[in-house]
Amino acid sequence: MVDKSLELFDCGHRACGGCGPALAGRLILKGAGENTIVVASTGCMEVFSTPYPETAWKVPWIHSLFQNAAAVASGVEASLKKQGKSEKVVCICGDGATFDIGILCISGAFERGHDITYICYDNEAYMNTGIQRSGATPYDASTTTSPAGKYSYGNKRPKKDMPAILAAHGAPYVATASIAYPADLMQKVERAVNTPGPCYLQIHAPCSTGWGFEGSKTVEMGKLAIQTGLWVNYEMVDGTVVKAKKVARKPVDEYLLPQKRFRHLFKPARNEEEIAKIQAIADANAERFGIDIKPKK
Amino acid sequence: MRQIMEGSHAVAEAVRLCRPGVISAYPITPQTHIVERLAEMVANGECDADYITVESEFSALSSCLGASAAGSRTYSATTSQGLAFMFEVCFNVAGMRQPVIMSIANRAMGAPLSIWNDQQDSISLRDAGWFQLYAEDAQESMDLHFLAYRIAEDHRVLLPGFVCFDGFILSHTYEPVDVPPQDGIDAFLPPFKPFNVLDAKNPISMGMYATPDYYMEFRYQMDQAMDQAAKVMAEAGREFSERFGRDYGGLVEEYRLDDADVAFVAMGSVCGTVKDAIDEMRAAGVKAGLLKLRSFRPFPKADIRRALAGVAAVAVLEKNISIGSAMKGAAGPEVKDALYGTGINVYSYIIGLGGRDVRKKDIAAIAKAAAAQQGDMFYGLRTELV
Ligand SMILES: Cc1ncc(C[n+]2csc(CCOP(=O)(O)OP(=O)(O)O)c2C)c(N)n1
Ligand code: SF4
Ligand SMILES: [Mg+2]
Repeated sequence: MVDKSLELFDCGHRACGGCGPALAGRLILKGAGENTIVVASTGCMEVFSTPYPETAWKVPWIHSLFQNAAAVASGVEASLKKQGKSEKVVCICGDGATFDIGILCISGAFERGHDITYICYDNEAYMNTGIQRSGATPYDASTTTSPAGKYSYGNKRPKKDMPAILAAHGAPYVATASIAYPADLMQKVERAVNTPGPCYLQIHAPCSTGWGFEGSKTVEMGKLAIQTGLWVNYEMVDGTVVKAKKVARKPVDEYLLPQKRFRHLFKPARNEEEIAKIQAIADANAERFGIDIKPKK
Repeated sequence: MRQIMEGSHAVAEAVRLCRPGVISAYPITPQTHIVERLAEMVANGECDADYITVESEFSALSSCLGASAAGSRTYSATTSQGLAFMFEVCFNVAGMRQPVIMSIANRAMGAPLSIWNDQQDSISLRDAGWFQLYAEDAQESMDLHFLAYRIAEDHRVLLPGFVCFDGFILSHTYEPVDVPPQDGIDAFLPPFKPFNVLDAKNPISMGMYATPDYYMEFRYQMDQAMDQAAKVMAEAGREFSERFGRDYGGLVEEYRLDDADVAFVAMGSVCGTVKDAIDEMRAAGVKAGLLKLRSFRPFPKADIRRALAGVAAVAVLEKNISIGSAMKGAAGPEVKDALYGTGINVYSYIIGLGGRDVRKKDIAAIAKAAAAQQGDMFYGLRTELV
């Protein structure tokens, strides 16, 4: 068991108030522990945590490019193995780095079976460059490259199913988590870093600036995503879902309404058709993962 | 021990003797024989490296970066399209001051697709912060790897390096090669001592971002380090000569330059052809000589100025084209700059692109053109096609 009271991600970094990814960084290191080497990708977390000559990282940390963390981690792992060293290698990368531009390197690293843990902090867009859509952006979210407009309801496609893609690579452990459930998140990180082979974790990390909500509501937003079924916390072992967090589901409106990125679905008038489509996504999630708490007869 | 070896196998043998901890490479013609041979060596326990069979060149160099940062001596090899695919990582490895060594089996850049030799690939990366050494033959292809690791890992330098050798012309031909013994190389090249390393006991952050208040100084220090590379190369080259009897004392090699009127400047395998052509020209009364650039980065400006001081004309043979530049070749302007104010005429001649054969008679014709003050042009074009 790692000592979860250790603060390995220091305060004083430059994230926005209420930054979900900053919270994710802190919790990830609590779960991974001191004996960890972090490999980062270009993005918000990298930029707000390491403006030279300052760093928030109290574990060894390396950043190379936007899209090569999994490959850099492959090299770090190979080198450590060669030298008989014991550090855990953990990638902490944005959704853009993971779902889109870095998928080649991730696929290669997972297929080769490196003993690494790849963690995506999923804030559902390219935030560092100003809130552009990524393959992780949810259906109908308005971003600067998928703006809502006269002929647009925002992002046209649902989220890519990255966990399934990496499970299909034969990853022994794949899980999703949320900054709103810290104990669960830390436990999953600990399990992933202690599972031999390439493991994948996807952490829902609400972004106050990019999604448009009060910085004090980050955890609330994370909870609402789970409670509406638009985000599901689950674990896959050897490709099979073994556990998913059950909820008494709320209508998706409760998650959508407080966020600016979905405001166009409610103004000037409630867009029944589009909201129904989003509700259908939540329903499908609930069905697929069996998360609904059935009312007692 | 003297052996007949394919150039690629001489390179693989050199790499094995350097004892890399991590090798990561992706196959591409004409580099493949190196990585295949290294894989064989690892499979047979002759080379004690971790060999990462990556899914792309982009990952090959990225994983070398990670392995180097974690404290291993690393190696990769590529060419042409593969090197271009690494472009972004190349700048990054250099900026992060990781002494990765990479063999470049020089090949033309597409389009049109060509697997044949020229030096466009490595030349196009001249500004990336890697030193670039060019080999003339199989022996030099081997030996420059020993020197490359010595230069790169020297704490005065800490820059990555290319060892360039011409695809097919050197990579796929057999030549006698004197293979140094392992204990000799171990004495010449001590185990890798990283300057900074990823280590949980002493956590550091590597690859941070720099604001305008800091960025320029990083680049300045890289440039300073490249100057040091020249010094270290000369030092290590002299030591190499003493240990192994082959002279690598400088960034350049002079051939019959003493009383030359026309001097060629060239890099790589074409130097062999040029030397033979010079012998024939001299027999016919033309005083020609060669200054071979063994290093393109660092650029041996002072050597050029010294060695070419007495000549009337300089013909720079370029297996590259900087499309749209005044002299057309990439090396020409730098040679001209080195000779600025001397009144010596310097011309570029674009030759051998995409594997076009360069013959002794072509060299002789270029000498004539230079003497007649005609240059900065393609030589050997099939004019009926254009
Ligand atoms: C090759 C390349 N293309 C584009 C960029 C510009 N860029 C930097 S960060 C970024 C988006 C990062 O998005 P994500 O991975 O989701 O991280 P976030 O900023 O949201 O935390 C982009 C597009 C880059 N650095 N490199
Ligand atoms: S834009 Fe979002 S992810 Fe980036 S620092 Fe601000 S809150 Fe965090
Ligand atoms: Mg993002």
